[in-house]
Amino acid sequence: MPNGLIGRGLAIAVLGAARIAAADTIYVSNEKDNTITVVDGSSLAAVKTIPVGQRPRGILLSKDAKSLYICASDSDHIEVLDLARNAIARTLPSGPDPEYFALDPAGKLLYVANEDSNLVTLIDVERGEVLTEIPVGVEPEGMGISPDGKYLVNTSETTNMAHVIDTAARKVVANILVDSRPRRAEWTADGAQFWVSAEIGGTVSVIDAAKRQVVKRITFSVPGVAAEAIQPVGIAITRDRKLAFIALGPANRVAVIDAQSYEILKYLLVGQRVWSLAFNPDQSRVYTTNGVSNDVSVIDVGSLKVLKSIPVGQAPWGVVSRP
Amino acid sequence: MRAWKVGLPLVIFIAAAALSPAGSRAGEQVVQIGWLSQAVKRALPLSYLDQPPQDEGIQGARLGIADNETTGHFTGQSFVLTKTIVPDDGDVTAGLRELAAKGVRLVVTDLAAPKLLSLAGLPEAAGVTFFDAGSEDDRLRGENCRANILHLLPSRAMFADALVQYLVAKRWQDLLLVVGHGEGDREFAGDIRHAALKFQARIVQEKPWTFVPGARRTDTGHFAIQAEVARFTQGISYDVLVVADEGDEFGDYLPYRTFDPRPVTGTQGLVPSAWARPHEQWGATQLQERFLHQAKRWMTDRDYAAWMAVRAIGEAATRSSSADPSAIVSFMRGDRFELAAYKGARLSFRSWDGQLRQPVLLADARSLVSVSPQPGFLHQFSELDTLGIDKPETKCRMG
Repeated sequence: MPNGLIGRGLAIAVLGAARIAAADTIYVSNEKDNTITVVDGSSLAAVKTIPVGQRPRGILLSKDAKSLYICASDSDHIEVLDLARNAIARTLPSGPDPEYFALDPAGKLLYVANEDSNLVTLIDVERGEVLTEIPVGVEPEGMGISPDGKYLVNTSETTNMAHVIDTAARKVVANILVDSRPRRAEWTADGAQFWVSAEIGGTVSVIDAAKRQVVKRITFSVPGVAAEAIQPVGIAITRDRKLAFIALGPANRVAVIDAQSYEILKYLLVGQRVWSLAFNPDQSRVYTTNGVSNDVSVIDVGSLKVLKSIPVGQAPWGVVSRP
Repeated sequence: MRAWKVGLPLVIFIAAAALSPAGSRAGEQVVQIGWLSQAVKRALPLSYLDQPPQDEGIQGARLGIADNETTGHFTGQSFVLTKTIVPDDGDVTAGLRELAAKGVRLVVTDLAAPKLLSLAGLPEAAGVTFFDAGSEDDRLRGENCRANILHLLPSRAMFADALVQYLVAKRWQDLLLVVGHGEGDREFAGDIRHAALKFQARIVQEKPWTFVPGARRTDTGHFAIQAEVARFTQGISYDVLVVADEGDEFGDYLPYRTFDPRPVTGTQGLVPSAWARPHEQWGATQLQERFLHQAKRWMTDRDYAAWMAVRAIGEAATRSSSADPSAIVSFMRGDRFELAAYKGARLSFRSWDGQLRQPVLLADARSLVSVSPQPGFLHQFSELDTLGIDKPETKCRMG
């Protein structure tokens, strides 16, 4: 039941139901203490801490939801966490300093941003092999794959561009200039747009995927918060493209945006230095990692309210929800 | 507010821009950047551990060019650095003439303030913009300011404000100020006094340092130093010692040797700086590693300033889609310009004195302690402008 612009009364009713229905499990990577925290989606409490490789940042669920892929940045590889045993099953080569990655829709290929070497590394998950490396801008960071898997968008932090990579040809086919220090690239479910957050620029660029042009640059302003503290990073857009959630970093807020009109509906106060965002499977909730306050905030999508904050490990970075 | 106005004209879309080696790209814009420095013989620092590098500054400019070039591959711009390094006794004017004759109008300098000032007024400097990556001089940003100079390093006043904000935030408000004999030392001390007044710290005593140890490498030399520092600091009630010793002649002798156990800050101990070896936040690790890989040594403030100068030119060239020096400079001075430089803030140039507004790091040799401006020091427009000379108090009249 996709959320959003349903009436408030209904939203509250849904909220009650969602609490019972949501039997998801939330996985959080803790950059500083080299662990994954497992949070139970019904009790919203941490139930387990799993030690993993050094400096875990980006995490992704495999298509069968049986494994969690982890960028172990300082270990210079990707780990595959077996979620049945809660133990690392194997590692994948990734090139140096993997920070963030994307899985192709078939679940067979991982595209990894190697921050140190200006490369995107393409990995065959099954065979555990590097297939190729694609040169991009300085400090590749965000990775977003189109719903049909045909295009990968990579952002480079110092080049300030979104690079569109043709996944079949495995080469860069377009470059779109965005604001300073672009972080994440997130596609809309219909494949019509991708949104790019610029941490230092303080903006989110909405890019028309067909025209490869910026159609809207969203800016933020939170009363009582210095403009410099508004540093957009994580992006979550509902499947029906009605709402978008943007994590604003040290502004400690998540902006809620009408994804059709691009109007900012609300700023939700969450934990400190809010970084990554993830929906639960039915998109009735958004989870946020708060890197400085060491917790996860739970946002109710229907009521646009923060329900709870859950203490996790040190410097939580990535978050995913498993059905 | 900025932002969407920036909109569509700036959207650069280059179809099928493949990566090809530099120099083989036809029909592209070439941005010429000059480097002008004087090989000044620097005094050896007190510690044997950190010898001054011979290639300071220029390595930062080189890295900036490499970073700009990566972007340039996608935008059809290339960046060329023309280096002129004048010997110690050489003529910097001739150096400028050389660059100007080659058509270079954007010149990154690592020069002492008086030299830069003399260059900026020459006829050869017509149409040239200088990117001062070597001076922290307050007057060059104040009464001696010039319309054709932009400053990349924080001024001494910014360093002093950054430090005193932190001390006040810690409620370490009573300062003992120890001042060396150098001109820079006296200026930094003046800035500390000004900062103390501004942020409500108190200088309980100011003492000139006159002792010449002379025997640091002789056996048992440490006895004399230890005894002298204890004597020097005895009988004063203070929270923190602030030292002004830019020449690094005695400051490192102060920590652990004071009569009372007090931290040392200023030019030694906890030091305000543009860049610092232990800094690894906001992606700084990436820049540190790129620099280490290229230069085989750590990045200094001057390297960082030169890198920022070249990156600022690159950023303005990309955003204005131009290689024309005047278009680049006018974009850079405009309100749409922003530079990301691994300090968690967007940097831009102050309109009133050409100073790059930026956070200041507070670090010792092994760890980053804090970053100023400190939370709670508020400003009407930008909290970064709580550091250094703000618009209402500037003595700069560019005319």
